[in-house]
Amino acid sequence: MKLSKNRLLNMYELMLDARNFDLKVNQLVKRGMVPGMTHLSVGEEAANIGALAALNPDDIITSNHRGHAQVIGKGIDLNGMMAEIMGKATGTCKGKGGSMHIADLENGNLGANGIVGGGHGIAVGAAYTQKVKNTGKIVVCFFGDGATNEGSFHEALNLASVWKVPVIFYSINNGYGISTSINKVMNIEHIYERAGSYGIPGYFIEDGNDVLAVYETFEKAVKYVREGKGPVLVESITYRWFGHSSSDPGKYRTKEEVDEWKKKDPNIKFKNYLIENKIATEEELEKMDEISKKKIEESVEFAKNSPEPTIESAYEDIFAD
Amino acid sequence: MSDKTKLMNVKEAIIAAMSEEMRRDENVFLMGEDVGIFGGDFGTSVGMLEEFGPERIRDTPISESAISGTAIGAAMTGLRPIVDVTFMDFIVYMMDNIVNQAAKTRYMFGGKGQVPVTFRCAAGSGVGSAAQHSQSLESWFCHIPGLKVVAPGTPADVKGLLKASIRDNNPVIFLEYKAQYNMKGEVPLDPDFIIPLGKGEIKKEGSDITIVTYGRMLERVMKAAEEVEKDGISVEVVDPRTLIPLDKELILNSVKKTGRVILVNDAHKTNGFIGEISAMISESDAFDFLDSPIVRLAAEDVPVPYNHTLETALLPNVEKIKNTIYKVMNKQ
Repeated sequence: MKLSKNRLLNMYELMLDARNFDLKVNQLVKRGMVPGMTHLSVGEEAANIGALAALNPDDIITSNHRGHAQVIGKGIDLNGMMAEIMGKATGTCKGKGGSMHIADLENGNLGANGIVGGGHGIAVGAAYTQKVKNTGKIVVCFFGDGATNEGSFHEALNLASVWKVPVIFYSINNGYGISTSINKVMNIEHIYERAGSYGIPGYFIEDGNDVLAVYETFEKAVKYVREGKGPVLVESITYRWFGHSSSDPGKYRTKEEVDEWKKKDPNIKFKNYLIENKIATEEELEKMDEISKKKIEESVEFAKNSPEPTIESAYEDIFAD
Repeated sequence: MSDKTKLMNVKEAIIAAMSEEMRRDENVFLMGEDVGIFGGDFGTSVGMLEEFGPERIRDTPISESAISGTAIGAAMTGLRPIVDVTFMDFIVYMMDNIVNQAAKTRYMFGGKGQVPVTFRCAAGSGVGSAAQHSQSLESWFCHIPGLKVVAPGTPADVKGLLKASIRDNNPVIFLEYKAQYNMKGEVPLDPDFIIPLGKGEIKKEGSDITIVTYGRMLERVMKAAEEVEKDGISVEVVDPRTLIPLDKELILNSVKKTGRVILVNDAHKTNGFIGEISAMISESDAFDFLDSPIVRLAAEDVPVPYNHTLETALLPNVEKIKNTIYKVMNKQ
């Protein structure tokens, strides 16, 4: 693993964007400017951006309900994304999808999914297309820990393994499916061990808050899958700072536990690495943060000034021609 | 378009439709349980493995979630899968992928992307397979915006509509009736023979009463309609062929012409699709033309029993259809 200065700073920029975007969305939720449910990925920036950094730009992902960092990492237009979350006509999905259904097909994002486990089969199918058409592209299927108890997870891993399609199943394990600790609903210690049932490699990223550790493991996984050897399962351990969604009282975890994880802030960890290794100065990184915050502010302004969708538009886009 | 036809059964019409589309478009492929060397659980892909090879006639594990999800993902990225669901009852295992993914993807994404996938389902009773292998579940899918639902009743319609379904850029639920896989009829050989989705057909012209039916019941309705001719009753048989989108105009025009309507399907009566057709007529200007109440004739609201006598007794048959016609015509 030898990443250029530009690559490292680009990863940091995406982590900042993901963090600042979700912190802003959290404020907007509190102000009543975001309808419905949003699931923030603050705390999970390294687990997301480190994985995406190991992909080629034209590789494909399926995302899940906690997918903001994934779509940002895949290069979505932030204005369109913020407008979508605020339900505006200029949103990525014309205000019809919202936070849980952000898709960015042009950038290889086949969409977030409001159904836990909903992306598993879709990822296998997308990978099958790449294999049949010999595109050289691979697919990463993002999901949480809870999704690995869905039948669709097991069926998808089984089919992908026998068809040897190029897909990385990636479980970002933040410890909880809403309020339920994964350890209470799984009789093995680690999710990645489930790979053994399907005869495929399982990779474990113990510190999913270390973006370079995530990148390093993903580099191996990507190499394996791109060589046509079939799918792999990757698990990273991380934590979400906020509740499951905007309506989570958070009774299932202690303040001490949350504070402990906040000390392991992935963005600060990476920032320190960049300073210590003289990739950038603290001032330069602070400046990047300011620029990122400004971009997010601009996206909010764009969204606020965007029109509501017309009633007529609700009747459009049901069927393709 | 050439007007050459050949006598084929439904099975052969299905194989012809899929094979022609696979020759025409390399993105089309068939996947499902036992589609390969076995030739399909109902023989609906016999010979296709030999022509197209195992890459395009894809056997799968018994794994409906993975089959349906994979088909949808493949469809979203440029392929055009045909899924052999086998017994329609097993589609229940695919419901999340069909209802929450395939039907909604394009809409949720603001008109981006498309999901061109055809789910072929062996529907209906009549072969003694009992309650878990005999259902016609079309009304579930008609309820979900974003899905097209097709239920043909003749070999020619099967071919023309299956080809249209494969070419359609949306998810299509395609019903085949397992009791009718061997039903024969003249089928056009032209590889460009297509019946557009949403276009019904008057299967028999008449002036006294309209019977709207589709799928498996068409054969019985036609027979009943012919038999009551002797009693001087002229029945118009309207077959929408596609339930979503529905050829409402064809149905309403016939109702306006005859003023009497019987609706027949082989699915259970309660919440069956003919109830929707009834409501559609009632809400339209055709209502003013009605001379008698709209009557439904459907399978009884009980699970399909195994015993042949019981299984048969619960479905509309020619006698029941004729009696209903006499009743509506006040000729009992």
